Amino acid sequence: MTGNGVTYRNHGENYNSPLSVCLPVSVCLYRSAYSSVCHAVSVHSVFVEYKDFKLIYRQYAALYIVVGVTDSENELSVYELVHNFVEVLDKYFSRVSELDIMFNLDRVHIILDEMIQNGHIVETNRSRILAPLNALDKMADS
Amino acid sequence: MPAPIRLRELIRTIRTARTQAEEREMIQKECAAIRSSFREEDNTYRCRNVAKLLYMHMLGYPAHFGQLECLKLIASQKFTDKRIGYLGAMLLLDERQDVHLLMTNCIKNDLNHSTQYVQGLALCTLGCMGSSEMCRDLAGEVEKLLKTSNSYLRKKAALCAVHVIRKVPELMEMFLPATKNLLSEKNHGVLHTSVVLLTEMCERSPDMLAHFRKLVPQLVRILKNLIMSGYSPEHDVSGISDPFLQVRILRLLRILGRSDDDSSEAMNDILAQVATNTETSKNVGNAILYETVLTIMDIKSESGLRVLAINILGRFLLNNDKNIRYVALTSLLKTVQTDHNAVQRHRSTIVDCLKDLDVSIKRRAMELSFALVNGNNIRGMMKELLYFLDSCDPEFKADCASGVFLAAEKYAPSKRWHIDTIMRVLTTAGSYVRDDSVPNLIQLITNSVEMHAYTVQRLYKALLDDISQQPLVQVASWCIGEYGDLLVSGQCEEEEPIQVTEDEVLDVLEGLLVSNLSTPVTRGYSLTAIMKLSTRFSSVNRIKKVVSIYGSSIDVELQQRAVEYNALFKKYDHMRPALLERMPIMEKTATNGPTEIVQTNGETEPSVVEAKHPPPVTQPTSQANDLLDLLGGNDVVPVIQTTMPTKPASAGGELLDLLGDLSLSGGPAPAPAPSVPTSQPSFLLDGLSSQPLFNDIAAAAIPPMTAYNKNGLKIDFTFERANPNPNIAVITIHASNSTEADMTDFVFQAAVPKTFQLQLLSPSSNVVPALNQGTVTQVIRVLNPQKQQLRMRIKLTYTLKGSPVQDLAEVNNFPPQSWQ
Repeated sequence: MTGNGVTYRNHGENYNSPLSVCLPVSVCLYRSAYSSVCHAVSVHSVFVEYKDFKLIYRQYAALYIVVGVTDSENELSVYELVHNFVEVLDKYFSRVSELDIMFNLDRVHIILDEMIQNGHIVETNRSRILAPLNALDKMADS
Repeated sequence: MPAPIRLRELIRTIRTARTQAEEREMIQKECAAIRSSFREEDNTYRCRNVAKLLYMHMLGYPAHFGQLECLKLIASQKFTDKRIGYLGAMLLLDERQDVHLLMTNCIKNDLNHSTQYVQGLALCTLGCMGSSEMCRDLAGEVEKLLKTSNSYLRKKAALCAVHVIRKVPELMEMFLPATKNLLSEKNHGVLHTSVVLLTEMCERSPDMLAHFRKLVPQLVRILKNLIMSGYSPEHDVSGISDPFLQVRILRLLRILGRSDDDSSEAMNDILAQVATNTETSKNVGNAILYETVLTIMDIKSESGLRVLAINILGRFLLNNDKNIRYVALTSLLKTVQTDHNAVQRHRSTIVDCLKDLDVSIKRRAMELSFALVNGNNIRGMMKELLYFLDSCDPEFKADCASGVFLAAEKYAPSKRWHIDTIMRVLTTAGSYVRDDSVPNLIQLITNSVEMHAYTVQRLYKALLDDISQQPLVQVASWCIGEYGDLLVSGQCEEEEPIQVTEDEVLDVLEGLLVSNLSTPVTRGYSLTAIMKLSTRFSSVNRIKKVVSIYGSSIDVELQQRAVEYNALFKKYDHMRPALLERMPIMEKTATNGPTEIVQTNGETEPSVVEAKHPPPVTQPTSQANDLLDLLGGNDVVPVIQTTMPTKPASAGGELLDLLGDLSLSGGPAPAPAPSVPTSQPSFLLDGLSSQPLFNDIAAAAIPPMTAYNKNGLKIDFTFERANPNPNIAVITIHASNSTEADMTDFVFQAAVPKTFQLQLLSPSSNVVPALNQGTVTQVIRVLNPQKQQLRMRIKLTYTLKGSPVQDLAEVNNFPPQSWQ
């Protein structure tokens, strides 16, 4: 089961709300910084163990996406999921950058809710995920 | 009041803040504005305000005052309001707040809304944060939606059902009929969530598991279609169609096939197909292969398939991608118990991973390496592991050191190798080893008699180099104390002997005493070592001086030791050589072996008042006994367990009769213990006979006495004081027979007055040989807390020349020292 996790600084671990991951996030950032400075190929693995679950992070330029999963989850599959998520964002915002995410948090939330519900994958098909959002946009315009 | 600013404005403003304080100020101002706006009950801008509140919540500021506003938004008719309301509910509310129950009605209405998006919203929220009451109320609605034809709603309803089942497991049966047609879906979204629902049901209830086993062929078919189908633009990820669904199906197959032969057999083909056909150039393919490997390992697959799985993992290990290596190491760790030989083939790759830069990979590789160590590869593996220990981070050192010790203990090819390895660990990672490694090492050294000279020489040299690592220093000072004479006489065969004088050795030990780096424990070790050398070296005066100096040390422990050693020099000089003699071989135990008689040594701690308790010499290969615990080197509590005397049942009853008129205590209560093996009887005798010195000392303290002498049977008592309890007198009876015939079935019983407690250990045998050819011995322990005069009634039964003999006697002539 995955927890929602776009990198936030959030405290208070509510059940199923974004995880508070300050310490391990800094670990991830340190690792990526080290590898980007020293090597072209990533030196570190992107899996971190934190307390009793695992963190999988992925870096896209200045944006880090960290996902926390329980022990039973397939880490490589979650890695792919993160990429899928970014591709969906890419399609919606056309060449997404972190500013897009910052200023359109509510829409990002809608997309995330369409993709992952309560820690399970709902839909991975890009067009189907974006269908409600497009309908919403049309309603807002008209 | 002016219109509240939009969310974007707020974000922009906050991003211009340059310090944390500025940001806090802005947030607080905005919070105040939002609060007053909420108080005004303004419908138009509520949505905007709550959106801002959620943003501030994300940044970490308190936002609980918005909870009720979220509820109001949910109740509104506008979709945008509902959207933000539900989002706020998911972020701000959970079961612990009472407010969330108010949502139940809103959700119920929205589940029946005409617009699918609203229904979807409600399902999503219920599925994320519904409490058990809410779930119970709304489960029916969810089930209805599970059966609708709208695939958008069905997938969400399936996941909502998962949540309901998690919260209220009893409702599982309710969803069972809806699951009938789930797998015949075309829509992958619904298919995916259905598989999740099935997985959840199977994990929760074994009945469901059995029920759903019949779905295995269907699942296999779906998986096959996914693999075989050509390019499908809808679900394609880097050339593989819907990897997420494949992974999920594989996981469900794993659960279904676990411990079930038929299902496992049905899956074998498809698993082999997936394993061979999936492309491994991209991460996607590797993800699927990983899941396949996990499934193969978990179900009852045939051996060919298992070998295939391990080979895949081996291939992963050689991959350049760190993630894949990490994943491979993790799975190999899980399988190393079951498929040990197969994993051994990849040992060299695993050992290479120890040199990797990534922390997670190093840790996994270390754990796996320890699991792979066996008698054949111990030398090579240990070399690698020691090299790893040298260069690894401190966080690994403790675990690595303990692992090395364990492995060396189990598989050491020779004693010298074992000692060398442990010394290497102590010198490189000495400060990180666990506390019990010091006594373990001391015991190991004591037991390898032929290596004493070599060991003490190496330890001495290590001590000259570096005195900062406390465990090493402790072991070294202990050894020098014990075997200092070997060091000075230069007797080492294994290595080039070094020339060391007594003064140099004493210099080193005194250096330890004064050094800042030594802990109090280490100081204690070195003081005792210096003391022991007084019997082994000739420069006693120097030692006397050192010991007397520390008699006024601030450290209480050192002071006590020094004072006692001083007393040893002054008043008890005649006992000193015996007390400080060489330690005998100690028994080693398997930690889970049954314990039989356990006798541990007191360390050569001279207690001024009492005489020494004789340590027995045991056969090293005989029974399993407890590991000797030399905490701090000096605080050993000798533990003596009793075994049952040969006739336990009768003992109590007869003794009660025996003692009836003396109004004594109800006889000794022998502690139940496993039966004594036949090698035991000579135990004590061996111990006593090989340490005559101790006997003399013991006897010298308290004179022996004859307790009974009649009809050719003579019973002598000899006494010692047990260490450390001065109230316990240990009496050994020696029964001898001067008649011409053997006395068979000899049983000795004793009883004492109420204020005493008695413990009877098992006798050496129950045949007293004729004509004084041998004696039967038995140990009695008497606890005498009130220091009253010791009295005892004894009862003897034996068979002489075929006729049974019984006798009672009272023993009153105990020497005063035995009970004072």
